[in-house]
Amino acid sequence: MNAMLQPESSSAVDTLATAAIAAATATAAAATAATAAPQRRPRQPVVANATARVRQQVSALALKIIAPLLGAALLVLVWQIITIKNSSFPTPLTTLHEAVTLFSDPFYRNSPNDQGIGWNILASLQRVALGFGLAALVGIPLGFLIGRVPFVSSMVGPMISLLKPVSPLAWLPIGLLVFKSANPAAIWSIFICSIWPMIINTAVGVQRVPQDYMNVARVLNLSEWKVLTKILLPSALPYILTGVRLSIGTAWLVIVAAEMLTGGVGIGFWVWDEWNNLNVPHIIIAIVAIGVVGLLLEQALVALARAFSYEQVAS
Amino acid sequence: MEQEKFIAIEGVEMVFHTKKGVFHALREIDLTVRKGEFITLIGHSGCGKSTLLNLIAGLTRPTEGVLLCANREIAGPSPERAVVFQNHSLLPWLTCYENIHLGVERVFGKTETPVQLRARTMGALALVGLTAAETKRPHEISGGMKQRVGIARALAMEPKVLLMDEPFGALDALTRAHLQDELLKIVAATGSTVVMVTHDVDEAVLLSDRIVMLTNGPAATIGEIVDVKLEHPRDRVALAQDARYAEYRSAVLEFLYRKQAHPAKEAA
Repeated sequence: MNAMLQPESSSAVDTLATAAIAAATATAAAATAATAAPQRRPRQPVVANATARVRQQVSALALKIIAPLLGAALLVLVWQIITIKNSSFPTPLTTLHEAVTLFSDPFYRNSPNDQGIGWNILASLQRVALGFGLAALVGIPLGFLIGRVPFVSSMVGPMISLLKPVSPLAWLPIGLLVFKSANPAAIWSIFICSIWPMIINTAVGVQRVPQDYMNVARVLNLSEWKVLTKILLPSALPYILTGVRLSIGTAWLVIVAAEMLTGGVGIGFWVWDEWNNLNVPHIIIAIVAIGVVGLLLEQALVALARAFSYEQVAS
Repeated sequence: MEQEKFIAIEGVEMVFHTKKGVFHALREIDLTVRKGEFITLIGHSGCGKSTLLNLIAGLTRPTEGVLLCANREIAGPSPERAVVFQNHSLLPWLTCYENIHLGVERVFGKTETPVQLRARTMGALALVGLTAAETKRPHEISGGMKQRVGIARALAMEPKVLLMDEPFGALDALTRAHLQDELLKIVAATGSTVVMVTHDVDEAVLLSDRIVMLTNGPAATIGEIVDVKLEHPRDRVALAQDARYAEYRSAVLEFLYRKQAHPAKEAA
């Protein structure tokens, strides 16, 4: 099982490390902004120091605001050039006009197949929330069991390794067969794709609880419940939250594809519907909207992870 | 009888089977500890001091031989043999109070009211002078304070034996001296039996009733035992002038640097 968990565990660590580095860089940047200037004060003349500080602020501003704006402008420029060569592709300006009309009334309902983009996004989010929530309810306790009991780990390890690489869409027909309806089948696909990262990251987190803490538990002779709530859960929490973050990202990827197949209301279906209408501006708008929602989900979970992370004690 | 042989270690052998092969860590260890005695284990690094302490704690089981505590075989870890870990091992997500309370709850939870349990935890914090740090988490306090919380956690369980694995090793000299003095006071007040691993000769002479010196590993064993007959309470400043203190100190140094010169030095 350990060997089976290895690749995933290292990726979990990588993600954790990346998150940690990102956080560290952020704090370091804040720290430099806050402390660098005052520390230099005694060594340099006041005027030189003031210009240096202004220069520093300008370069920080350039990095944070001007560079991303420049990137976006370049993208629009390339887009504009493409539209000159290819008349079927909408120009940025027409797309913007379409977007303004679209978002001026995002919650209209003409018929079951003709609803505002707001309803479509909400329908997709609801499916993701249901599938993802069920996956968390099953996956996290199962991960604890796998991490804590080697027998269970060996029992389900090979199965997880086998099923994990399967595209969740391959599970869609099974869902349709069992639930006889499109909506639960889409939720089922979300459930399947979100459960693996949560199981594996929780298991790795539980297995990586420092031996020192387990020795404390042994000397204090703590009950299994206390070990779970006071040692395993807090220690594995950063890993679990990484699993949750990976899951929600995948779930949001999968829902668009699943809805293209199942139809109904949802942003994935909406994209497909607009393709059938040959409404390309709407497809571009949907792509941006899907990206924005995905980004917001990710940011929300990063904030959650930060709120629950504890300061590591240096020994 | 029980007073004389409170902890009995008889014919203990410890062999580790690692990926690199078989490692014979300890051989023929025989040692008895009296109730209320303060024992230090000293030796060069890698000689198996911590292994012996873990055996007494019950965290590892011997390959051969038996370990007894109060005439019962040591079959596993227990709060009656509390351990102060080298790196304090406080749980970072719990406050100082909660860290100590975890053990208190486990040992006395069934027989005492929550008010009594709280009083015990606060008493342990007060014993190490950290009442003010009650609600602080480990990362908010200094290394010396963390180690004191670790000691308080162990003492709060009213253990029969206090096992300490280089508890002051990571601290600066002044903090270490301060904590040694506090430990002496606490031990005098509670009458605890203590087994402490150290690599500091002064610490060993100042604190111990007996200094158990281990030979170099592999297959380390007890080389010599020094009986420190300095009366309590001990005062480090007065002892610095004491001829007997110097004698004990040089006996340990003689053992460590002449008879058991460090393997690395022998090779050089």
